[in-house]
Amino acid sequence: MSNPVLRTAALASALIILGAASSTVTVTLPPDNVQFKPGPGADLVTANCATCHSAAYIYTQPPLNSKQWTAEVLKMQKAYGAPIAQSDVSAIVDYLLTQNGRP
Amino acid sequence: MTLPRLDFLIGAASAATATVTLPFANGVRPLVAYPQKRSLIVLTPRPPQLETPFGIFDEGLLTPNDAFFVRWHLAGIPTSVDGATHRIKIHGSVSRPLSLSIEDLRSQFERVEIVAVNECSGNSRGLFSPRVPGGQWDNGAMGNARWAGARLLDVLGKAGLKSSAVQIRFRGLEQPLLDATPPFVKALSIADLDANMLIAYEMNGEPLPLLNGYPVRLVVPGWYATYWMKMLGEIEAIDTIDDNYWMKTAYRIPDTPGNTVTPTQTGFSTIPINKLTVRSFITNLTSGQTIAPGTQTIRGIAFDSGTGIAQVEFSSDGGSTWRKASLGENLGNFSFRGWESSFTARSGTSYVLACRATSNDGKTQTTTPVWNPGGYLRNVIETYQVGVS
Repeated sequence: MSNPVLRTAALASALIILGAASSTVTVTLPPDNVQFKPGPGADLVTANCATCHSAAYIYTQPPLNSKQWTAEVLKMQKAYGAPIAQSDVSAIVDYLLTQNGRP
Repeated sequence: MTLPRLDFLIGAASAATATVTLPFANGVRPLVAYPQKRSLIVLTPRPPQLETPFGIFDEGLLTPNDAFFVRWHLAGIPTSVDGATHRIKIHGSVSRPLSLSIEDLRSQFERVEIVAVNECSGNSRGLFSPRVPGGQWDNGAMGNARWAGARLLDVLGKAGLKSSAVQIRFRGLEQPLLDATPPFVKALSIADLDANMLIAYEMNGEPLPLLNGYPVRLVVPGWYATYWMKMLGEIEAIDTIDDNYWMKTAYRIPDTPGNTVTPTQTGFSTIPINKLTVRSFITNLTSGQTIAPGTQTIRGIAFDSGTGIAQVEFSSDGGSTWRKASLGENLGNFSFRGWESSFTARSGTSYVLACRATSNDGKTQTTTPVWNPGGYLRNVIETYQVGVS
């Protein structure tokens, strides 16, 4: 199957094994095709953020300023336990500003 | 309200990917069919968050299971769930801890049905001005379904709540990927529990789609979807107010009149988000559309937190004058309520259409949107600009 749309549709299939009253439902979720774009800090962001969520979490935000992106990074570090080294915070924020920032 | 424009982008790999453009910055979204789902608007693929294209709400009061929105918090979602071996553990401050199968739920407890709106706390967040961080939904992070299951109160009654219990905490099979990430748990105060709340094993007469919480989810009619725990696996009676991240820090609204603040306001106290605000929408046209001259039927939906819709008014002059719409079939106070009105469209004229619902407890919609840093509770009067050919 060479058409990527058809391939996605095939991957996005659900297998339902019928039982007496209930059943096993098995699904294959479509792949996450959203990648962090190249640029200074992209490696840090991929290493620190992509473990838990898609890059779509960044690109679908409204453009955020430095204070807002810093708050998001610190929330991920402190509330969600992302293993972000303190020394990497500013480089990550700088990258996010180049990707989806505002003054 | 501006509705998504359907278009096609030709990708670098020369693959045609259908997208929609939601009416705010960074609003381009792919349309993808996930398992057990038709093509929906993808907010994020991992964890999956899928929005219902708004036109589906014009097709009937019940949102089809394969079109129902999806929102997960953590990427550790089981992709295979056995409904026959799944157990719901009821423990904590109860006299008789239980472990119930779906079959136990069906055979040991009265089957109850209720039609109820399930609306994401962040529904319409993308429309906030100024914008706020968070999941950037248009108006389609909601749906209305006929749920069937056992009453939460009946199950708790069988377990025997101890008098020391203050809240009931719920957890599903969704798992954090890191040990340091707080597991997704939510709590309801015992004083807020009522007989409408279900542990539901059916959605519109079918098993729930996996992405909507198969094999069972909590149904909390009138409350935002954050409490409707999917793949429910654990019910714990606790003797204190739950202080986990998802209750104490996330999903909070200002404890101010109307739960609204100014964008620069600080120092206000907050409370956990709770009941739905009253809303109404036009479903049979979109803002920016050109319509035919003559008498035009306008129809839509309205809902509130479960007191029921007292009236819906329609305006064809941007809210200067209003007339009562006729209300459609009543599927219960927690359901979408259909409404219909009409106006005469003159050729070459443009109109601003608007709708305004009032609930049975006297709450209504206003022209001033609420604003809060979480992007919650939006229920401003929706307006629709239309031209006439």
